[in-house]
Amino acid sequence: MTAPHSSDQPNIERPLNVIVATDCGSTTTKAILIEKVETEYRQTYRGEAPTTVEAPFEDVTRGVLNAIAEIEELSGRTILDGDRIITPNQAAQGHPKTGVDIYVSTSSAGGGLQMMVTGVVQNMTGESAQRAALGAGAIVIDVLASNDGRLPYEKIERIRTMRPDMILMSGGTDGGAVTHVVEMAEYIAAAEPRPRFGSTYRLPLVYAGNKDAQPQVKTILGDKTALEFAENIRPVLERENLTPARNKIHDLFLEHVMQQAPGYKKLIEMADAPIMPTPAAVGVIMETIAKREGINLIGVDIGGATTDVFSVFNGVFNRTVSANLGMSYSISNVLAEAGLDNIMRWVPFTIDEQSLRNRIKNKMVRPTTIPQTLDELQIEQAIAREALRLALIHHKSLATGLKGVQQERTISDVFEQRTSGKTLIDLLKLDLIVGSGGILSHAPRRIQSMLMMVDAYEPLGVTTLSVDSIFMMPHLGVLSTVNEQAATDVFVRDCMVYLGTCIAPIGQGKDGERCTDYDLAFPDGRIEKGTLTFGDLKLFALTREQQATVTMQPAKQVDLGNGPGQSFTATMRGGVVGLMLDGRGRPLQLPSDQAARVAALTRWDQTVGLYPTTGSEL
Amino acid sequence: MAHSYTPGLTVTERTTVRRRRILPLPGTVLVKVGETVHADTAVARAELPGKVVPLNLANQLGIAPDEINDYLVKKEKELVQKDEVLAENKPFIKWFKTEIRSPVGGTVESISTITGQVLLREPPRVLELRGYIDGTIAEVHPEQGVTVETTCSLVQGIFGIGGETNGELVVGVTAPDQPLLPERLTPSMKGKIVIGGSFLPAAAMARAKEIGVIGLVVGGIHDKDLRALLGYDLGVAITGTEQVGFTLILTEGFGTIPMAPKTFALLSAHAGQKASISGATQIRAGVIRPEIIIPQTSPSAGARVSLVEREGIQLGDPVRIIRDPLFGKIGAVSGLPSELRMIPTESEVRVLEVRFPDGTSTVVPRANIEVIEGA
Repeated sequence: MTAPHSSDQPNIERPLNVIVATDCGSTTTKAILIEKVETEYRQTYRGEAPTTVEAPFEDVTRGVLNAIAEIEELSGRTILDGDRIITPNQAAQGHPKTGVDIYVSTSSAGGGLQMMVTGVVQNMTGESAQRAALGAGAIVIDVLASNDGRLPYEKIERIRTMRPDMILMSGGTDGGAVTHVVEMAEYIAAAEPRPRFGSTYRLPLVYAGNKDAQPQVKTILGDKTALEFAENIRPVLERENLTPARNKIHDLFLEHVMQQAPGYKKLIEMADAPIMPTPAAVGVIMETIAKREGINLIGVDIGGATTDVFSVFNGVFNRTVSANLGMSYSISNVLAEAGLDNIMRWVPFTIDEQSLRNRIKNKMVRPTTIPQTLDELQIEQAIAREALRLALIHHKSLATGLKGVQQERTISDVFEQRTSGKTLIDLLKLDLIVGSGGILSHAPRRIQSMLMMVDAYEPLGVTTLSVDSIFMMPHLGVLSTVNEQAATDVFVRDCMVYLGTCIAPIGQGKDGERCTDYDLAFPDGRIEKGTLTFGDLKLFALTREQQATVTMQPAKQVDLGNGPGQSFTATMRGGVVGLMLDGRGRPLQLPSDQAARVAALTRWDQTVGLYPTTGSEL
Repeated sequence: MAHSYTPGLTVTERTTVRRRRILPLPGTVLVKVGETVHADTAVARAELPGKVVPLNLANQLGIAPDEINDYLVKKEKELVQKDEVLAENKPFIKWFKTEIRSPVGGTVESISTITGQVLLREPPRVLELRGYIDGTIAEVHPEQGVTVETTCSLVQGIFGIGGETNGELVVGVTAPDQPLLPERLTPSMKGKIVIGGSFLPAAAMARAKEIGVIGLVVGGIHDKDLRALLGYDLGVAITGTEQVGFTLILTEGFGTIPMAPKTFALLSAHAGQKASISGATQIRAGVIRPEIIIPQTSPSAGARVSLVEREGIQLGDPVRIIRDPLFGKIGAVSGLPSELRMIPTESEVRVLEVRFPDGTSTVVPRANIEVIEGA
């Protein structure tokens, strides 16, 4: 595992044999117990409890203690002494089932870190600043720039009304003009920004712009904000330097913002390592997987309030937070953004609009409930598909090359209309999709997680899919900062579940038309030959340990990565779900007629065994 | 599960509540500890900084930014009237004189020789913070505000819109499962808070607005009616600043759901009394639920009643089922099996048994109930 962004590393001297880690989500606090079994670390027990930022407790540590108490009950280990976590483990004193060696935690329960960023040119320093903030685990609530089209007074009003937790200022290359940066500083000073929490503390502000403007910025903002300087995030036009600003944001988050949320001060005292914002911790894991395997990946963590998307393409890491796309607190916003029709297209039955709207709103106001009936589960999984889809669109728009930079072109580029700042997300070059978050990790059948991601992302060609088995990537992200071996052992053995591989030919055709011929040679000698027609979804058993040789001969307008009509051969592994051939067309085609759509969804569901045919009764 | 925490809404005849009244920025506290205040009493005051108007003088005068001090008539921190000359050039020929007049009245906030900008600030706006509830000042937070305490009846709703208000409670229906139809709203309800039953149709919302009802407390509404009322689709439950003509509080949720009998009985018992209500809802960190506070004026009201901190769910606790297929049904906990149970979705979850007043019972996931708190 790689090192985290934080600049203050914990220094734990004692041997770590028993570890308890929590993630305080916006809805649920999840706890896991990790124990060293002989030479290897394993995740042994888990517990969860509602996050208690709500009255009557309004103290996040209450939910932490409840989740740990559940682990105590299941494991028979005594971890708590009242409200205190017993550390270190008491094995040496003859009590092998008492105490843990370390407690670590991540958190996104405070509603996240809401930041406003400023730049000079919106799609240059403005976007670089946005990427720096997003990479630090923040939700960017607005990007102000000199050329954003808003009048000065509108900018000032915006800063006044948004009440961000922190501001990141960027703009200008080192040695360049200072006027526009100073102008923005003047607007911020005039707005007298107030933080969301606490009326007496000063708003943290990180200045990471043209270093020549630092003295002026200090004069203008030094008394009005808790001003910190970081290296310029765009020192020259062709290069981004995001890490120093990210580290500074993370430090200020711990120092100022987190302490304002209910109970965090206590949580910080309880933990043996700095509390990491959940998205930052998941980002650490995603970067590590991509680096270790040398692959391109997209990771997603779909939570109650936000959906975080991570990508690593050709070694470039990007992260975005879709602040109000989530499955509990912001579920209603998914409806508002996606529209009812887009959600309904995934529901394999008919339901009247009023009933669906009321159900979604009821989930919004009581976010900790779970679907009890099959139709409720299907509705939530339909909404999840749209949240995933919208969050990826958002991610694509931000995960781009540097804008405003002159590109060197070769003769082969002459006929290609390429602009600077093109998205880095190329689904045809995508190797792996990693899913995390309650709706994906806790789906009753793994095929449900796989199909939700396939439907939302529409992967092209050959793509492997995996899921965080029980939602523990955040815990492992923060754990990797204190014990890399423990985090890696548990990640490989207990966390990452390979679902399988999806082969999705690119092209469209009428239902029943030939899409591609396939020839699958399985390791046990079995051969599956046939024709995948448009509108077909096929699933073959193939485990992660097995490798199948796949040969495809697509129809002339269909592409599998080698060009239209070109044959394709590769060996690939499966997973707990297997090998999926997706002939539903790319872009994905769903019948527009209601009855035909329900029939198609039902047929696909039955083909892959998506849902139980008869519900288990309580 | 000794520690298990289940979310709950409080419905209680008698409790003591404290409400922090904090200014958005430092100001002056107007009351003292022990002082009796009313909902409308101003307890603190602050001056909200006025609007800022930026003027790029360097551009307007066609000069370099570092020259603007030579042209300014007004200095930093100096008062300026609307249309008063702020800056001017001094040409040899008077005809070519350019005068920059102030577009607003206020103060010259800052002058920048780097950007050539002058920032003008309009006069501050006075913000008076009200007491919100009838009670006594329990604490003063210097320069920030106060904490008001009162002994009261308290009902927490699940969702609301609109800000704080206060007025007399009137009951608009005869039973908790009756919808509050428009014909039940009469002109005598002007300025009052009307208690409904299971449902508030869009026509009744329009009628309430027309009459001038200040608050509505009902079991449920349809989401589409809320959208029509607000004029937009509410994406995230952070409310309290809406101005739709009244404050609306839902006690149960969205749809037609009878108000919990205990809630209806409590509110009905206080018909004719003054109540303070707030529709502000924030279902995220530091959750805020809408509330109805009915201060008690009886002689015994002085005795402080403290809320007992609940330690997990117990047999016999009154609960509301908060998810389909039995959404809105109210019963009591009759069993707390500890083992995980498979539900129709195939998820294995912790469950509990609920017995309904008619003697029937059901088993539901523990996540899908909420405790109706309060003695």
